[in-house]
Amino acid sequence: MTALEALRTDADGYLVNRDDWSEDLAKELAAKMGIELGDEHWKVLKTARAIEGESGSSPGLRKISKRSETPIKSIYKLFPDGPAKLIAKIAGIPKPKSCL
Amino acid sequence: MAYPGLILANAARMAGVDARLFFTFWGLDIVNEKKIDHLHLNLVGNPSAPIPAIIAGLPGVEALARAQMRKEMERLDIPPIREFVEMLDDAGADLYGCQMALDMFKLTKDDLVPQVKEVLTAMDFMDMSEGAPTIFI
Repeated sequence: MTALEALRTDADGYLVNRDDWSEDLAKELAAKMGIELGDEHWKVLKTARAIEGESGSSPGLRKISKRSETPIKSIYKLFPDGPAKLIAKIAGIPKPKSCL
Repeated sequence: MAYPGLILANAARMAGVDARLFFTFWGLDIVNEKKIDHLHLNLVGNPSAPIPAIIAGLPGVEALARAQMRKEMERLDIPPIREFVEMLDDAGADLYGCQMALDMFKLTKDDLVPQVKEVLTAMDFMDMSEGAPTIFI
């Protein structure tokens, strides 16, 4: 069994334990979704993780965009097809509850 | 109230679902360049209004309620409507104006905010949305 298969995730595929996360794991998860992580991706992912660490809840895109100084438009380009979900999954944080 | 439809569309885009918005009749105000920054609340005749209708209709009460709501929105980091419409455009949602409503209010596409992609009839909109859930707000 690979590390990826051994991971504990909830029914929607979000990591159950944020401490199971590592940068290598993020790369693997992203690759599975067809995304190759570059600097811009990392900035967004680390911001999302930082906000979740501080506030205890996963941020919506608006918060991530403001704090990481990445325009909303760019976030949609970096993580096409549902950026809020993809970012939370790759960053190893729960599904965001915010609609913004 | 402009927010519910905009928030739903934004949530759809964040989850990777396509979203198309069709603005008609009073809804057209939301994308009308002259009105977008001056939208009003409907307090009278609104059963969810936080104040009794007899008071809600008094001069200045609506402005007060609007100011209060804006403060609350800021606290929750909900952007003003113009910024929200820009955000939806950036998120890849498509915005359309209703031809008949434009005719009725004697407006043209140039009177609408630039994020409005096209002016359509309701039937055109139905055709392009075929098979997708349609929500009327």
